[in-house]
Amino acid sequence: MAVMTYREALRAAMREELRRDENVVLMGEEVAQFNGAYKVTEGLLKEFGPKRVVDTPISEAGFIGLGIGASMLGIRPVMELMFWSFSYVAFDQIVNNAGNIRYMSGGLINCPIVIRGPANGGTNVGATHSHTPEAILASHPGIKVVCPATPYDAKGLMKAAIRDNDPVYVMENTILYNDKGEVPEDDYVVPLGVADVKRQGEDLTIVAHGRAVITSLKAAEILEAEHGVSVEVVDLRSIRPLDEETVLASVRKTHRVLLVEENKPFCGVDAQIAYLIQSRAFDELDAPIHRVSSVDAPQIYCKRLEDQQIPNPARVVAEALKVLA
Amino acid sequence: MAKPAVLTHPESLKRPAGPSEYAKDPVNAKMTKAEKVELYTKMARIRHFEQRCIRVYQQGKIGGFLHLYVGQEAVAAGTISLLGKHDHVITGYRDHGHALMVGMGMNECMAELTGKVTGCSKGKGGSMHYFAPDKNFWGGHGIVGGQAPLGTGLAYAVKYLGRKGSCLCYMGDGAVNQGAVHEAYNLAALWDLPVIFVIENNGYSMGTSQERSTAHPGCLAKRAEGYGMAWDVVNGHDVYEVRARTAVALKRAHEESKPTVLEIFTYRYYGHSMADPDKTYRDKEEIKEYREQKDPVLLFEKELIAEKTLTPEKAKAINEAAMEEADAAAKFADESPDPTLADVTKDIYWEEDNRGPDTSSRGTIIFE
Repeated sequence: MAVMTYREALRAAMREELRRDENVVLMGEEVAQFNGAYKVTEGLLKEFGPKRVVDTPISEAGFIGLGIGASMLGIRPVMELMFWSFSYVAFDQIVNNAGNIRYMSGGLINCPIVIRGPANGGTNVGATHSHTPEAILASHPGIKVVCPATPYDAKGLMKAAIRDNDPVYVMENTILYNDKGEVPEDDYVVPLGVADVKRQGEDLTIVAHGRAVITSLKAAEILEAEHGVSVEVVDLRSIRPLDEETVLASVRKTHRVLLVEENKPFCGVDAQIAYLIQSRAFDELDAPIHRVSSVDAPQIYCKRLEDQQIPNPARVVAEALKVLA
Repeated sequence: MAKPAVLTHPESLKRPAGPSEYAKDPVNAKMTKAEKVELYTKMARIRHFEQRCIRVYQQGKIGGFLHLYVGQEAVAAGTISLLGKHDHVITGYRDHGHALMVGMGMNECMAELTGKVTGCSKGKGGSMHYFAPDKNFWGGHGIVGGQAPLGTGLAYAVKYLGRKGSCLCYMGDGAVNQGAVHEAYNLAALWDLPVIFVIENNGYSMGTSQERSTAHPGCLAKRAEGYGMAWDVVNGHDVYEVRARTAVALKRAHEESKPTVLEIFTYRYYGHSMADPDKTYRDKEEIKEYREQKDPVLLFEKELIAEKTLTPEKAKAINEAAMEEADAAAKFADESPDPTLADVTKDIYWEEDNRGPDTSSRGTIIFE
């Protein structure tokens, strides 16, 4: 198996799907000539030419809407948002048009579009560029949302997303782009809606998604080394569809739960996970569910404080100990 | 500072309505008598369908909004009558006329209005959200101007797939101030996409006149110049003129893959929607004048009678048949069942309705 970065894994997924299906088109700001603002699409223009890899103007509502329209006729556009934060100027297209078209047409119209890009804080760029909209978007039936945490999942989920017949929004993370991991070079997909137990444990379940998985794995090591606690880490990978059974199985095993996400807490993904657990596994719980989220404020610019605003291993360890107390 | 008073109106609109100057235009001259009668019939069907909708609405059977097309029939009829296999249509929420023109039936359209499972969207879309992808009709969109990028995308796909086609993307005059429309213009011109943006200018964006909503009023199409796009202004009361001038734009799309903005001047007889009492922003005399002097259905009827394509008796029969068809549609809608509670959570995801071995997704997708 090859070792590659999260960035390279995403690129490999797109390259393979561009080869596999002539109707796959990459589109976005700076994806072609510039090789991608974060170099995710580097080299793809050279390999596939300007019909398949297309630079757009800074015009998110326009080009995302264009992609949605094209997808209705069978094109499979993979649209890059330089940041998911920029999706907010294209919200009508992303939610009203892509998310509703199948329903409002009584199931007659497919919208096989992928919208991808980084959705994370922690990069010292201030509130406008640090949004994590997975909860907002996943709250709209008709839309699918995935948040890969590792290179393996990044490639597998991206390929599944491109082949899917519904709009799939892939939330990446700039801080993960250089993370390395083992990635098969052959054709595989990670099905949407399948969580992954990233670490087995007995005493506590941590449920996380995106980079919070990496943070939680670090915290789990500390908890084991310094506190003798065995922690299981469940990576949701996909927010909608949601793998409820894997979460519940882990709860039934450890009976204690900590939820970790980089979203702000109010109406976050973990609010739904907490509801799920109490509704279907209430009697399994030996302690109340706790959460670690970003501190509930617009993202602060100051790097020293931003590192404390988003979940970090120290905060996760401290909250885990409360659940275990 | 004085406002610019120059109005960019079609020449034919500056004169009293009379015989069409465009009857002899090649796209009209080549029509057979039967084709002309068919076009007239389609306009009459739109008119009577809409008039019948008013009654169904007044009976309390149509929920929410109902935006009527009465008075604007020549726009959808003239433009869509020119389209071929690879030409696509997308519009805003005033979509009944376009739907009937592309060949959707009165039954499915009426049943959709009353929220019945026999409706074109199984009662899930409503008045503003008609679709018929098998007829190249992509809606029916509720948010003003939101369809402009989609229409541009349909044209992009037509070009990508190497087809000689186009997309007619309709909007109202109120839409031209939406950002999404300008973004669509830019992309269409930048990438030479075969899209025709049809502004159906009925003079009012809901209850706000152009003078109160739009900088440099009277020049909506001319905004295309800012994007290096061709544009034209068209008298939308004359279906021959609509056909003739749309044909030029369609040729540009088919043969040069270039976009066009067409501003078609038209008028709606009823309020913005049925919820609009229509008492605050325009004069009853204005409506009367349009009805009497510029009605697109009556003008075309006169035209066809004068050229001996149609007789008054035949016209009467056509209108009666359209009324009967609309009555039957209302009856069909009445007698159709509602969707079931189980239907509420269908047609949301492809895989949910097409579960099979090749389904890539797992997990819970619809939540309790």
